[in-house]
Amino acid sequence: MTMKREISVTVNGQQHHSEVEPRTLLVYYLREALDLTGTHIGCDTSQCGACTVLLDGQSVKACTVLAVQADGCEVTTIEGLAPEGGLHPIQEGFWEKHGLQCGFCTPGMIMASYNLLKVNPNPTEAEIRKGLEGNICRCTGYQNIVRAVQYAAERMRTSASEPVGAGE
Amino acid sequence: MGVAGMVGSPIKRREDPRLITGQATYVDDIKIHGMLHMAVLRSPYGHAHIRSINTDAARRHPGVVAVYTAEDLKGAVGNIAIAVPLGKIAEGMGARGALAEGKVRFFGDPVAAVIAEDLYTARDARDLIEVDYEPLPAAIDVEKAMQAGAPLLYEEFGTNVAFGMHPPTDEIDKVFEKTKADGGIVVKTRLVNQRLAPAPMETRGVVAEYRKASRSLTVWSSSQIPHLLRNILSALVGLPQHQVRVIVPEVGGGFGCKLNIYPEEMVSAFASMQTGRAVKWIEERSENLAVTIHGRDQVDYVEIAATREGKVTGLKIYGISDLGSYCQIFTDVIMIAFGFPVSCGAYDIPTIHLSADIVFTNKAATDAYRGAGRPEATYIIERAMDQVARELGKDPAEVRRLNFIKPDQFPYKAATGAVYDTGNYEGALDKALAMVDYKSLRAEQVQKRAAGKLMGIGISSYIEICGFGPKGSAPVGLYESARVRVEQSGTVMVYTGSSPHGQGEETTFAQIVAEEFTVPVENVMIMHGDTDSTPEGRGTYGSRTTAVGGSAVFNAVQRLKEKMKQIAAHMLEASPADVELEDGKFSVKGSPQKAVSFGDVAAAANLSNTLAPGVEPGLETTVFFEPEACVFPFGTHICVVEIDKETGETEIKRFVAVDDCGRQINPLLVEGQVHGGIAQGVGQALIEGVEYGEDGQLLTATLMDYAMPLSSELPHFELDSTVTLTTVNPLGVKGVGEAGTIGSTPAVASAVADALDVAHVDMPFRAEKLWKIIHQL
Repeated sequence: MTMKREISVTVNGQQHHSEVEPRTLLVYYLREALDLTGTHIGCDTSQCGACTVLLDGQSVKACTVLAVQADGCEVTTIEGLAPEGGLHPIQEGFWEKHGLQCGFCTPGMIMASYNLLKVNPNPTEAEIRKGLEGNICRCTGYQNIVRAVQYAAERMRTSASEPVGAGE
Repeated sequence: MGVAGMVGSPIKRREDPRLITGQATYVDDIKIHGMLHMAVLRSPYGHAHIRSINTDAARRHPGVVAVYTAEDLKGAVGNIAIAVPLGKIAEGMGARGALAEGKVRFFGDPVAAVIAEDLYTARDARDLIEVDYEPLPAAIDVEKAMQAGAPLLYEEFGTNVAFGMHPPTDEIDKVFEKTKADGGIVVKTRLVNQRLAPAPMETRGVVAEYRKASRSLTVWSSSQIPHLLRNILSALVGLPQHQVRVIVPEVGGGFGCKLNIYPEEMVSAFASMQTGRAVKWIEERSENLAVTIHGRDQVDYVEIAATREGKVTGLKIYGISDLGSYCQIFTDVIMIAFGFPVSCGAYDIPTIHLSADIVFTNKAATDAYRGAGRPEATYIIERAMDQVARELGKDPAEVRRLNFIKPDQFPYKAATGAVYDTGNYEGALDKALAMVDYKSLRAEQVQKRAAGKLMGIGISSYIEICGFGPKGSAPVGLYESARVRVEQSGTVMVYTGSSPHGQGEETTFAQIVAEEFTVPVENVMIMHGDTDSTPEGRGTYGSRTTAVGGSAVFNAVQRLKEKMKQIAAHMLEASPADVELEDGKFSVKGSPQKAVSFGDVAAAANLSNTLAPGVEPGLETTVFFEPEACVFPFGTHICVVEIDKETGETEIKRFVAVDDCGRQINPLLVEGQVHGGIAQGVGQALIEGVEYGEDGQLLTATLMDYAMPLSSELPHFELDSTVTLTTVNPLGVKGVGEAGTIGSTPAVASAVADALDVAHVDMPFRAEKLWKIIHQL
């Protein structure tokens, strides 16, 4: 057993001080130490993207990041995407457009979509398909995921053009 | 939400809020105080004798609680159940204990299990186990495995062939001779249906918790079959059925691979019974690709005879099913029981000859993967129809039309013995042809070909058999069940024996109940997946949940509705025969003002004091529905491809699907099932394939090597449907879970062969293979 290291991570706005083994993956830290089980483990080799979270605002696959690498960083998981009790437009999109079936890839898919729309708020269908190719879904054939992201993009554009505090 | 027309309405799923916010509970999300973790040591060889296993160092590793090998399980854990053991399998060939004993027979065969305080420790200790193997030559290619001198998996049987079916060929021989004598044709082809990994995004997982004080075992498993798992597992670990409870929480996809009982469920239950602590095992993805059942893997020799006009006169199929190394629940019957009955597809073929061999090889066991037998059968007949058209220089759409079973021929008894319920195959074909503007498309193809481009159009008019199964068709009755309770407040609780893994039955079953009770859908709760609270069910597979489980719900509601009418009649001082339920009110026919609400009747029934003498209080009933016959969904898929001559890459330009699954409870969910099914079918056609080296090494053990379709690799599907009701269940529904997978693969195969202007190319159509064909290498 290796020496544990102290880390300080802000997850969904809440600061955590923890001791972790240097080999502990961020995804295990989130799931096991913080009980944030919305982030899933799908492949162990960074192909499927089920573990996608935001690290300092950038989407990363949490099975490829060590917990110690997140020391001093801000992490957003699916549980922290929308304020308590509310839904982010991307979450709404997945619900409205039937963008999920078994739901296992969905948290990662939503976090990857968040990053995609941040970089490109008005993506074409081809850009959405390209932008999400790091996330595998075995259920939907992706068509309704594309629709979900299009729905969210539209919603986010509309709300961005409205004065602060309006909408919702 | 309104009430009228709830069935047929594309409402959003009620499952989604928990899933899109990270609040759902999958097996890996379960934590129990004092829970231990299991890691499994597996064979690195495809075939080897185990000379010795030394677990001393692993046992001594800090944090390790136990290490088990086959020796420890002797007499305590039984062998995996086999539904219908055929031939030598009935004599013990292919029998599988939880851990390998004396010999390993495929890459990943479990050899030992480590139980430790945490997962990382369990995996560390796994590395400390020393196994002395004597590697053996492996039988990998199924046709070579059948030959004399092949390495034998089960030496005592002297062969790898578990069962053969070789009826006399006189009749089909005569048909072929006569067809040829009359100027017709007989086309021969060999088709390989490659091995696939179901690979749901959630791997398998189990938590077993045994409480020594009450001698009770609770197992949370990512499973499609909670009740079967409970029944089988209790027998395997020697506990009475009522002391075993299986809970299936949220399941992240199954596609057939979770329709089984696996060694890890048995070992974790055993470990928990030994230690008195909960034990969790979550499958790693590389384990999932190596040891969870694979699908397909069938070689077929096909001969089809047709007149010069294109009317098919006879079909002969010799199928070889690659079983892999062990027999799981349905391994030996996938081809023979699920594929062969629908060998003639949508066509009126008077004579069919089917023969088979099923063969063990040093690979993972095959079993049900989305479609299970029907995709293979459909692939055979659709490829064969194309080859008839090609040989005769006829349009493949017209050859299909000529041979279709006509709407007035239903119920249709096929030469295979299967009885088709209802269908209108030409209707689906015509709709699909219109959607692609077939004539113009063929004209475009002529132009493109003239310009040196490789454009292909593929058609697949599939049927499938689902809604299993009629009484007597399986060793256990394949019914489903529902317990429905109307609460005092008028809300409805439904406990279904069916257990979903992404299909959305909490939504569709609630729609059925809301429509029939004329209550708001929000007032209906659907409970599933717990063997302690739900009545016995047989599981979600074979596109059967709505047809069988939904029908049980429907019938239970009818039964309660009758009782509610009686109670309402007493309240209204009318005859029950004159009472009708509409818009949430029981009223007397002809005088709608004389009414009591659904809630008032529910309250009266549950409060009891105002009930007529002799009327039993409460509103609760349990109904079992066992279908009298199977249902046969159908449709036509059309695929248009272009293949890049320079790279060999296939691009799907259009994919049109017209599916008929009978009545649609929720069209949004039907569409979702078709999308996902097509994606998996296209995946098989274009890229997927489990590969083994000749020595039995698995070459596709991560998602880096096993290619599944990505968002950028799939086209926008164009969908439509026709609706032909079935008469074998009260809902008129057929099934749609597997249709997309069954229909799509042959459409892509047909399009690729058409583009290359060849009779046939074996899947998958990866760029390298097609490039070599294009450049005649």
